[in-house]
Amino acid sequence: MTALVTTTPAQPVMRRATYGRYVAGKALGAVGSLVFVLVVNFFLFRILPGDPARTLGRGRFRTAKQLADFRHTYGLDLPLPRQFLTFLGNTFTGHLGISLRYRVPVSDLIWERLWPTVLLVGSSTILATVIGVYVGMLGGWNRGGTFDRLSTGVTLTLYSMPEWWLGLLLIAAFAVGIGPLPGLFPTGGLHSVDADPSSVSGVLDTAWHLTLPVITLTLAYLADYSLIMRSSLLDEMGEDYLMTARAKGLRDVMVRRRHAVRNALLPTATITALNIGFVVSGAITIETVFSIPGLGLLTSEALSIPDYWVLQGAFLVASGAVILANLVANLLYGLLDPRVRS
Amino acid sequence: MTTQDRAAPPPAGRLTARQVTRQRRSASLRRTWRLFRRNRSGLLGLAILAGFVFVALAAPLLADPNGLEVTKATGGVLEAPSGRFLLGTDDNGRSVLTLLIWGTRVSLLVGLLATAISMVIGTLLGLMSGFFEGWPAAALFRLTEWFLVIPFLPLAIVLASVLGRSLLNIAIVIGVTSWPGTALLIRSQTLSIKERPYLERARVLGAGRWRQMTRHVLPNVMPMVFANTTLTVAIAILSETTLSFLGLGDPTRVSWGSMLESAFSVGAMTTGAWWFIVPPGVCVVLVVLSFTLVGQALEEIFNPRLRRR
Repeated sequence: MTALVTTTPAQPVMRRATYGRYVAGKALGAVGSLVFVLVVNFFLFRILPGDPARTLGRGRFRTAKQLADFRHTYGLDLPLPRQFLTFLGNTFTGHLGISLRYRVPVSDLIWERLWPTVLLVGSSTILATVIGVYVGMLGGWNRGGTFDRLSTGVTLTLYSMPEWWLGLLLIAAFAVGIGPLPGLFPTGGLHSVDADPSSVSGVLDTAWHLTLPVITLTLAYLADYSLIMRSSLLDEMGEDYLMTARAKGLRDVMVRRRHAVRNALLPTATITALNIGFVVSGAITIETVFSIPGLGLLTSEALSIPDYWVLQGAFLVASGAVILANLVANLLYGLLDPRVRS
Repeated sequence: MTTQDRAAPPPAGRLTARQVTRQRRSASLRRTWRLFRRNRSGLLGLAILAGFVFVALAAPLLADPNGLEVTKATGGVLEAPSGRFLLGTDDNGRSVLTLLIWGTRVSLLVGLLATAISMVIGTLLGLMSGFFEGWPAAALFRLTEWFLVIPFLPLAIVLASVLGRSLLNIAIVIGVTSWPGTALLIRSQTLSIKERPYLERARVLGAGRWRQMTRHVLPNVMPMVFANTTLTVAIAILSETTLSFLGLGDPTRVSWGSMLESAFSVGAMTTGAWWFIVPPGVCVVLVVLSFTLVGQALEEIFNPRLRRR
């Protein structure tokens, strides 16, 4: 009894100190990962086959002098270690270089291409989380029931599907049309050529273009969330506190909503935070299939040249997003569940 | 040398340590099979897989390999399914069914090869980072974490274009990019096994690190490795399909992914040539789903926490 009284006032102070140390540790880890990514980022693309000066200059450079000038302008004639130092310096000052192909700063290019991707993957992630959590919850709560068996079968099948194949099927069915069914949606693109994206009709036009890709990605991501939600709900269901909740006379729905789901949402929240990090890199294939001018399409186009600075920039943004999301997920988890801090 | 073997109580008669071990192994194998048989979806997955493995092995008997050569194609361009071509023809006039049968070989082979690579790296690094202490363990753990944050597809694409397009290379690319998950799983298993009394006993009896790892820790994490392998094959086959679809597969071999790539590039979905798009995708889904079902069934058997609920 006395022990209990003495520990109570000390607890908040101690908890704050532990969380501070936890945050510091995680942040340090994130910085380490970032340094690793920078090193990989530079050297990975230097070993790519192909010479950008030759690929881009085909037909344009008539003399060896022009070739050398091109190399000099982009710093391609410097030794690799020198290039690496320049790269580090530039990255930290926010200069990502100039695209060899488009002749515009990479940061502008990425900024411009980021939004279609964020719009596409962001809305799919939100939809998939909401629907997935709900499906997983209903299935897990009545484990082995008709709904559970049906939803598990469907989600596992979706999980086993290459998402771009699903996209191709949806294009064939709803954009081209089968038999008497006319095509309802466009086969690709972000908006119609003549549409003004900022007007009301332009926004509707973009939404109309994004319907199929968003449905595809939502279905593809759905499985992750519903399977995790289902299994973490199953983990909670044997716990004693649920027995207590029932014993005090709560209705089944209330036991589920107030107690079981609250705890089961914890791992799902972490997974969501982690997946948001993959938003940037996650849509390469879907952007290819639906020809949406986002970061994924930019990356796969840049690979064929290879456009070093664009690749580096896109890769940096993609990995940076994952590292940041990782950090947020860890901090969130530490905040929600004090047990993981130690 | 066989300290822990001699200490084990012999079940009946006088058996050598080796015989005892073998008996125990076959008993545990029988028990696993008995538990597995109860899992209906696991059995279904196993049956489907057996079918695909049969097709892969018997490919030369089921379809003439000449049917793979563009120059010897006998059908028209994108011909619809008929009595002669059960699943129609592709853009070169080859039978889609023949491509599908031979594609099974390539897809399964790449999937298994990539998984083997990934499992060796993942198990080794997981064991070491769980078993070592101090900075080597920390360094290995960091390395795993770093690889975990690098986005898979961009890295795989870059590696694939660096290494060149061949069957082995694509397996290597998938293998070296997909091990961190396994490493983390094995690490956490190793950490929990390390604290158990029988390892303490082995240490007291003078077992070195190598012996502790190979004779005690490894056999105990093996079931989890096995379950994880099946799940990794599923992911490896999906990755192979995606990389081939992006044009990074072996150009000389037909796989399900490369079929889908050519179907996409000739616009099969806009011309209504469903027989070129649907069958390869269905095969991928069936195989990946089966591996996942078998993997989940195994996981349930080897992880008692999952079995209880």
